[in-house]
Amino acid sequence: MNDLPLTIKETQEGLKSKAFSAVELVDGYLSQINKYNKEYNIFLTISEEKAYTKAKELDKIGKFDEPLSGVAVAYKDIFLTKSVRTTAGSKILESYVPAYSATCVKRIENAGAISLGKLNCDAFAHGSSGENSDYGPTLNPWNKNYIPGGSSSGSGATLSANMSLISTGTDTCGSIRLPANYNYLVSLKPTYGAVSRYGVIAMASSIDTVGPIARTVEDVQTVFDVIKGEDGFDGTVTNKKSKDMTKSKFKIGIPKEFFVDGLDSEIVKNIEQARKVLEKEGVEFVEVSLPSTKYGISVYYIIQPAEVSSNLGRFDGIRYGGNRDKFGEEAKRRIMLGSYVLSAGFYDAYYNKAMRVRSKIISEVDDVFAGNGIDALLAPVAPTPPFKLGDKVDDPLSMYLTDVYAATANLCGIPSLALPSGFSKNKLPLGFQLMGKRFSENTLFKIGKIYHKAIDYKPKVAL
Amino acid sequence: MTKLNKKDVIHVAKLSNLVLSDTEMKKFLPQLSKIVDFIGQLSEVNVKDVEPTSQTTGLTNVLREDKIISENILTQEQALSGTDNTFNGLFKVSAILENRT
Repeated sequence: MNDLPLTIKETQEGLKSKAFSAVELVDGYLSQINKYNKEYNIFLTISEEKAYTKAKELDKIGKFDEPLSGVAVAYKDIFLTKSVRTTAGSKILESYVPAYSATCVKRIENAGAISLGKLNCDAFAHGSSGENSDYGPTLNPWNKNYIPGGSSSGSGATLSANMSLISTGTDTCGSIRLPANYNYLVSLKPTYGAVSRYGVIAMASSIDTVGPIARTVEDVQTVFDVIKGEDGFDGTVTNKKSKDMTKSKFKIGIPKEFFVDGLDSEIVKNIEQARKVLEKEGVEFVEVSLPSTKYGISVYYIIQPAEVSSNLGRFDGIRYGGNRDKFGEEAKRRIMLGSYVLSAGFYDAYYNKAMRVRSKIISEVDDVFAGNGIDALLAPVAPTPPFKLGDKVDDPLSMYLTDVYAATANLCGIPSLALPSGFSKNKLPLGFQLMGKRFSENTLFKIGKIYHKAIDYKPKVAL
Repeated sequence: MTKLNKKDVIHVAKLSNLVLSDTEMKKFLPQLSKIVDFIGQLSEVNVKDVEPTSQTTGLTNVLREDKIISENILTQEQALSGTDNTFNGLFKVSAILENRT
């Protein structure tokens, strides 16, 4: 197949009209993977046999009437997949083959999807660029001198390299939104408690979320509807419905603290254009203030390493995985930082303080939503377009600051939809995010669709 | 400015059950010091009368019925499948007690 379909609708229409078969789709994706994976380092494990078995089964039934029938999916390698190696991007799990699958994986497969394999990521999801993978960095298919965004680096790159139709990621502080933003894709970091993390290797349990990446708002919504809801294995998940209000008039807040020095001028200009587009569509804008969000990254880099030090404590080399000396540098840094902020004498100054400042940020955000009657907050995803490979690897703090716009949604547990909105002068993808109230995913999808319709958005791939 | 010294790093490495090489120590000390200094900015925030947040769901005590669902259980073989270091169908671990002399 030369022209692989770029959306779920195109895929299923093609399958139903017999323009192509599911087996031919797998042929197409595998030929793309064989052609480019060595160079771009996107897939860590390719489950070719499994993909063909599923495709043949789908072709034989010939109905393609499940929500994800015939949809080629690849998972960030932090999702457990029964009988398929799962490394978390770390050498400590180099030969680990799980005995069960994550809820999210099960639900996607039960909905008719074809699994192609596992995607590279920063080890244990610790990173913003993909360069912390123990298996080497993933390159950005739009320009291989640049990072694809992390930590779900392969999950972004697989779509811009046209190696799968959808992918999964995890977002603890931007790890879904950043790679989507740096690869011209749509993605959702859901409300904390909307999607089960069962079978997903834990990073920071009070902030970790699981979500989809795809090329259109419609496709992200379809996958979200498949994976959300209680499974009986993750006690934080509730079946609260996304509020599907009949509302068609929206109001968006722009936090003034987000548009300050350090934000790239092309991003400022691009977001200004997006605002004008939405205003033309009847969306009202209001400037709001979130003074404590400037502490978000500090709060995050206390709470997250604290929870990392606890979650990675289970890697003792006894039941699975190698010894602790197999941890990469970033995992070691975060474990030690976590031990430090939790240790006697420092607990109150760091961990306890961070939990209180977190409360302050949450109440400011809640007040801004309630007080202004707004439906969403519009913000950049990252302070700059994709940066060059190697630019920040020796300076962990500057890497951490990449997450400055991501932290708010994670600390507050609110959903955020990242949308592609153009390209920079260097032909690198640009985008922005819309954060909503808890469980207001459907409102974000509506606004996203209005925006993409207005700019006549078309999905694009780089390879 | 909070400065970490070598002793601090050795201490947290011990708490973390990690053994650092000299090269790692040389690299991590200034990096961790810089990060700890940065996150120390929280000292300027007034959090008087603010309760800490440990999670955002508002849920408490999520329970399920205490019953066995056979499809959710790993067999002994599956449970041991992650390691080669087994003995008589059990995990093999290092001794933590020593013989009395």
